[in-house]
Amino acid sequence: MTTTTVPHTRYSRLNINRIGLWLFILSESGIFIALLAVRFYLEGTSRPEALNQTLGLIITAILLLSSLTAYRAETAIAQGDQAGFLRNTLATLILGLVFLAGVGIEWSQAFREFPPQSGFGRVFFAMTGMHAFHVLTGLILFGLLYFNGRRGAYSAESHWGVEAIVKYWHFVDVVWVFFYPALYLLS
Amino acid sequence: MKPILKGILWAVIGFTGGAGLLTLVRLALGMSLWDLEPAISVGYIFGLTGWLLGVGVWDYWARAWFGLPLKKFEANGLSRYFSFNLDHKVIGLQYLAVFFFMLLTGGLFAMLMRLELMRPGREFMDPAVYNQIMSLHGIFMIAVAVAVIIGSFGNYIVPLMIGADDMAFPRLNALSFWLTPLVPLLLLSSLFFGGWDSGWTAYAPLSVTNRTGQLFYNLAFMTLGLSSIVGAVNFLTTVLTKRAPGLTWGRLPIFVWSIIATAILSLLATNFIFVVLLLATLERIAGMAFFNPAGGGNPILYQHLFWFYSHPAVYVMALPGLGVVLEVIAHFSRKPLFAYKWAVAGFLGITALSFTVWAHHMFTTGMPESRTAFMFTTELISIPTGFIFLSALGTIWQGRLRLNTPMLFGLAVIVNFLIGGITGIFLADVPTDIQLQDTFWVVAHFHYTIVSTQIFGLVAAIYYWLPKFTGRMYSERLGKIHFWWMFVTFNTTFLPMFWLGLNGMNRRVAQYPAPLGDVNMWVSLNAFLLGASFAFFVVLIALAWVRGPRAVSNPWAARTLEWQTASPPPHDNFPREPKVVGAPYDYGVPDSTHAIVPAADSGND
Ligand SMILES: [Cu+2]
Repeated sequence: MTTTTVPHTRYSRLNINRIGLWLFILSESGIFIALLAVRFYLEGTSRPEALNQTLGLIITAILLLSSLTAYRAETAIAQGDQAGFLRNTLATLILGLVFLAGVGIEWSQAFREFPPQSGFGRVFFAMTGMHAFHVLTGLILFGLLYFNGRRGAYSAESHWGVEAIVKYWHFVDVVWVFFYPALYLLS
Repeated sequence: MKPILKGILWAVIGFTGGAGLLTLVRLALGMSLWDLEPAISVGYIFGLTGWLLGVGVWDYWARAWFGLPLKKFEANGLSRYFSFNLDHKVIGLQYLAVFFFMLLTGGLFAMLMRLELMRPGREFMDPAVYNQIMSLHGIFMIAVAVAVIIGSFGNYIVPLMIGADDMAFPRLNALSFWLTPLVPLLLLSSLFFGGWDSGWTAYAPLSVTNRTGQLFYNLAFMTLGLSSIVGAVNFLTTVLTKRAPGLTWGRLPIFVWSIIATAILSLLATNFIFVVLLLATLERIAGMAFFNPAGGGNPILYQHLFWFYSHPAVYVMALPGLGVVLEVIAHFSRKPLFAYKWAVAGFLGITALSFTVWAHHMFTTGMPESRTAFMFTTELISIPTGFIFLSALGTIWQGRLRLNTPMLFGLAVIVNFLIGGITGIFLADVPTDIQLQDTFWVVAHFHYTIVSTQIFGLVAAIYYWLPKFTGRMYSERLGKIHFWWMFVTFNTTFLPMFWLGLNGMNRRVAQYPAPLGDVNMWVSLNAFLLGASFAFFVVLIALAWVRGPRAVSNPWAARTLEWQTASPPPHDNFPREPKVVGAPYDYGVPDSTHAIVPAADSGND
């Protein structure tokens, strides 16, 4: 008797993981859509003059740059370039930390000008806080990538962890692309 | 029990560490050292992490992230159910245990409410205590309705129905389960902090100014939401990627479609409740006035965000039950499911439309300009709902009905849900809703929709799949007694509530006008009988589980894949991968087959 073995699923583990990640990102975007809705519902398009525009622009640029280094880290490992991967992971980590430090400075100024208990302050702190929380988790994950990358855990053939965290990082970046104009530019 | 003890230990360490960390931060910022609610909130985030890591995430998953070898999983027999088990069949029964416990506890709260409502005056409890019990009953049952069928039978049956060996992400599956025991734990702990009195909807500004017990509601609901999202990702990925060869979308059993629709709703809507509860928590612990007008907030915003989740959530509660009903009715009518494609369109149509109707809960909150639009979209939903309904009726029509207990419960859902649907029109309609808002009409309508779909659906599912997960059969005679008992007392309890509502009896209040006393006495007595039917059900199922007669592997002669393997199924579900060659319900169609399951290799050929 001849039996053909049908593979248990037509999808590889990698593709199953990818679908799961995209669904998670889709769900997670609800958090940020809701926060944008809160911002416009409560505060319209108003924003205080006291916002530090220079700092806002700088941290935005830094975050965008970190998406580029994250992308380079992924391409590097996909080509088996361990040194390039580690270098770019480290760069992403540092840029992310600088972004968070920038948010910290922003917050310390905001506490004086428009504290969390004030009209604009509540949406400003809720939105930047939720975003910074996602940045922080992303940085912990990049730290893990660097730690594991140093002992050679990823290769050109197998680096789902890198791909997932880099995708997540791009998502966090895209969120900021919506949050930055909603907080800093509208009037 | 060892994993659970370890989880508790790590949770305590995490909680203490989190609260301690907050104290240090407060010290650094020069604030007062101790504030209860911030300490609980921050402590909980760390405590929750500790719990998950301790109960199994660390040993069987996270160690690999740090290059450490994973612990070998060794639990069998009963201890599998008390550990971080990855088998979807174990997880399904774990879900069933937690949420059945919540169902019974929530039922006890309902009994206490009916005890107080037997007479118009103040009888057994303080009105404030009544409100706490009412709130607990509400959220316990909401949690049950959101999670019990998809958690237990979604997990147990869906992978079997699609011919898979497990879910797409077994470890995430275990994670989403181990979040759920915290929900009843938090809700019951709220009683040590004064409980809360804002009902399951927890409207602001009350919910941002009342006692600390409210915080436990927030944390519990957020935890349940997290579990729902993780589960939804898993279900959708599983159905997308793990179907057996030949199982096309048009051959998918209808129960699987109902779980797909439910998972889409959970995936897209749940983060809105997460945000609204997070903001309410921030308002409580950090004075960020989002909702309280006294601080410049807007309470209507709370309602918008709350219902943008909670209306889709009522379909999260209704659709799995309707899926069970169509499934059962098709098998017990021995006919192809009538208008299969329209039923699928019904599930997906409800899913899409349910994001457009949320403000029908807000007709009396002062937004006259948009009421007509929401009335229109709400009444539009009756169209896809009608598809599902007609599919059920068309299947029964001229079928060779086998009136076993699961089928009886399936038919009961149709009757009760019809009453729920018709009485809902008066709430969707603005002029009548303004009169009926916040009366017992709403209570009756809601129970007719949600109890009939989710709870009657759950009971039907337990009877139907009991031989599958226990390998044993219940007593058909006792099952039929249970059916008539529960069906009759459900109706004698809730039908009079419509009349009470029309006569102006408000919900969520311990006292009511004296002329309504007799009817309330009747309702309470019937409610106690209805409650007793659940005790009977538990005994009946326990008896069958422990010493019922052995069931044959396919007692209903059903064609879907979960019945084409041993009961209970082996660890990997099927000896060899099944192949699907036809539609699932072609009973009576000549030469039709749904699936072929090759026997295990004998090793000789
Ligand atoms: Cu609704």
